[in-house]
Amino acid sequence: MSIDLRAGEPPASVPFYNDPKIRSIAYQVALCLVIAFLIYGAASNAIDNLKRANIASGFGFWEQTAGFDISQSMISYTNQSSYGRAFWVGLCNTLLVAAVGIVFATLIGFVVGIARLSKNWLVHKAASGYVETIRNIPLLLQLLFWYNAVLKALPDLRDSVKIPGGAFLNNRGLFMPEPIAQSGFSFVVGAIVIGIAGSIGYHLWARKRQEKTGEQAPVFLVSLGLIIGLPLAVFFAAGLPLTLDYPEAGRFNIRGGIEILPEFAALLFGLSIYTAAFIAEVVRAGIRAVSHGQTEAAYSLGLRAQPTLRLVVVPQAMRVIIPPLTSQYLNLTKNSTLAVAIGYPDLVQIFTGTVLNQTGQAVEVVAITMAVYLTISLVTSLLMNIYNSRIALVER
Amino acid sequence: MTMSEGDLAVAQLKYVRQTTLEQQPPPASLTGIVGWLRANLLSSPFNIVLTILISLFFLWIIPGIVNFLLIDAVWTGADRDACREIVQNRPIGACWPFAWERMAYFTYGSYPIPQRWRVDIFFAMLAIGVFWILWLKAPRRDLAAYYCFIVLPIVSYILLSGAEFLGLPHVDTVLWGGVLVTIVVSAVGIVVSLPIGILLALGRRSDMPTVKLFSVFFIEFVRGVPLVTVLFMASVMLPLFVPEQYSPDKLLRALIGIAMFASAYMAEVVRAGLQAIPKGQFEGAQAVGLGYWQMMRLIILPQALKITIPNIVNTYIGLFKDTTLVFIVGIFDLLHTIEVSRLDPKWATPVTSTTGYAVAAIFYLVFCYAMSRYARATEARLAASERR
Repeated sequence: MSIDLRAGEPPASVPFYNDPKIRSIAYQVALCLVIAFLIYGAASNAIDNLKRANIASGFGFWEQTAGFDISQSMISYTNQSSYGRAFWVGLCNTLLVAAVGIVFATLIGFVVGIARLSKNWLVHKAASGYVETIRNIPLLLQLLFWYNAVLKALPDLRDSVKIPGGAFLNNRGLFMPEPIAQSGFSFVVGAIVIGIAGSIGYHLWARKRQEKTGEQAPVFLVSLGLIIGLPLAVFFAAGLPLTLDYPEAGRFNIRGGIEILPEFAALLFGLSIYTAAFIAEVVRAGIRAVSHGQTEAAYSLGLRAQPTLRLVVVPQAMRVIIPPLTSQYLNLTKNSTLAVAIGYPDLVQIFTGTVLNQTGQAVEVVAITMAVYLTISLVTSLLMNIYNSRIALVER
Repeated sequence: MTMSEGDLAVAQLKYVRQTTLEQQPPPASLTGIVGWLRANLLSSPFNIVLTILISLFFLWIIPGIVNFLLIDAVWTGADRDACREIVQNRPIGACWPFAWERMAYFTYGSYPIPQRWRVDIFFAMLAIGVFWILWLKAPRRDLAAYYCFIVLPIVSYILLSGAEFLGLPHVDTVLWGGVLVTIVVSAVGIVVSLPIGILLALGRRSDMPTVKLFSVFFIEFVRGVPLVTVLFMASVMLPLFVPEQYSPDKLLRALIGIAMFASAYMAEVVRAGLQAIPKGQFEGAQAVGLGYWQMMRLIILPQALKITIPNIVNTYIGLFKDTTLVFIVGIFDLLHTIEVSRLDPKWATPVTSTTGYAVAAIFYLVFCYAMSRYARATEARLAASERR
């Protein structure tokens, strides 16, 4: 061979500025310098501006007295509590509406998603109409509609709608009897815990036995009996240790009972109905992703329609459904910040709204708020990745 | 006709038919309206129950909506008395004279009345741009991108904000409002987010660790927090980060927030497109001696963007709906002008709010539905071009 192989030695004609390695380092250094310069500029400006506006910095405000009231709180809070306490109240309210919203959105979403695949023409047209309409109207508009046009248009206090069972509905909310636990109620709680633990144990035992002998056990019925029947039996045996505190309508307000604020209800309706439309699409795509051959193969093995769905189609569809479903849950949680538009005391309304206005410490308050949502997002996606790697198809 | 031996044997059996029967139409119960009803609505007891329930629901809700929007609606009137049940002694639906009187406010906000022709020209120019870039048979589509991404933003800015040397008086952005702001915010989001999103997507796939780190950090940070907090950050933190004299006005702050948010989402959409391009395309481009930017501009991005068009349009639909959130930081977009108008004592009736929200809902439904149809049509077109 007459070709001269001088491997590893770059041709002498390439100047250093055309060397990809040197170029790459130069670009990266330039980018770092630009970012460092921007951060330095922003920080020095912020220090100047804060000094001029006489705004304190640091997290000292956390312990100061808040001085404002919050209409709904799950933990004890008065206007003498600290800003830090107000933060926790807001976070609890956000998590509450997100959790309840996720439950409702999932229920509606799965029903609508399955309805879109129905063979019944009316059912699938109605489901498509729901999805197309709800997805194309901004969530904020829907929230304002529920709050201002529906819930605020309910009759006022004096003309409250009386719902059988001692509840009142008016434009200040829904007032329901509050169950109050008496001394023996802890036995019932204990029975529920025992019931859940027992049914998990029974399930594991039944699965082991089925793997060994092929015999099936009535897992569902036994679990139902353990989780619902046992606590009920204890409840009656303990002599009904639960009383109801009925709301009483006064002239200007209603005393006692549990109150569901119209702000909470509007946010819950809006979030559930809006997110359900997206979940419906996720569910539909997931079910369609399971090829028809799977159903046919299950039928040819002798499985009937119901076990086919439960043992063959749903487990495979869930693999496709769960990742986008989680991101819809995250969207719902993030969208709950729209509470600020209708005055539901969530984290953003309390913290980025009232606390920011009172203290003026924009940087700290916005940073804390963002950190909270970022933590929720990152933790969820971390769990999602773990789940995904567990259920991912293991190919040969 | 020739007969084989087998046929002869059959022919001798008297009970075997010798001639073919006329083709019969399918039974009446399987065709026509009856057959369709049986197959699609009444195939099982469960389906019958569902059909009845949903029919009842429609019988309840459709007359309700039609009554409200058309039959019981008030069409003319000067003030709230026209839309009050006590005054008119009849059930009252939508109060259209309210919407009609406020239509100019819903469209232009508080933009000075003698200057509103400028907004009209902006709408017309935007419409031309949109049709030019979306209509596939339009002439000179190669120029459409320059028009939409360079000419239109500059001319619109001069036109809307004003330029004294052209005789256009300055109009402060505080006065902008209604559909104008909704369109401006979404258009800026759309125009800015695509290039920045592409850069971020390329950055995320880059070999340079700092570039990759910065892109990942920006994308994951912005996607991990709600838009409301991004807008709050833009509106309360941004003024702190720049010297006092350069403090951006309120609308610009919201625009920066929206643009950041949209770019991060766009980056993920573009990245999905880039991932779908087979490695051979990159290697092929490098083999013919193209540099990084040439490879991206001529080979990779045209293919990647083409397959992502439906997703890009879907992102735009989300962005268009999300522009309503600027309401929360005090910008007068369409929803905010409606929210202000419905509290006007001149039109204070129980139906005013619902009428206002109906106007907004129709506006967003029409635009978002049109965009989603376009996305679906593009998807179908691309699928057709993939078929061999």
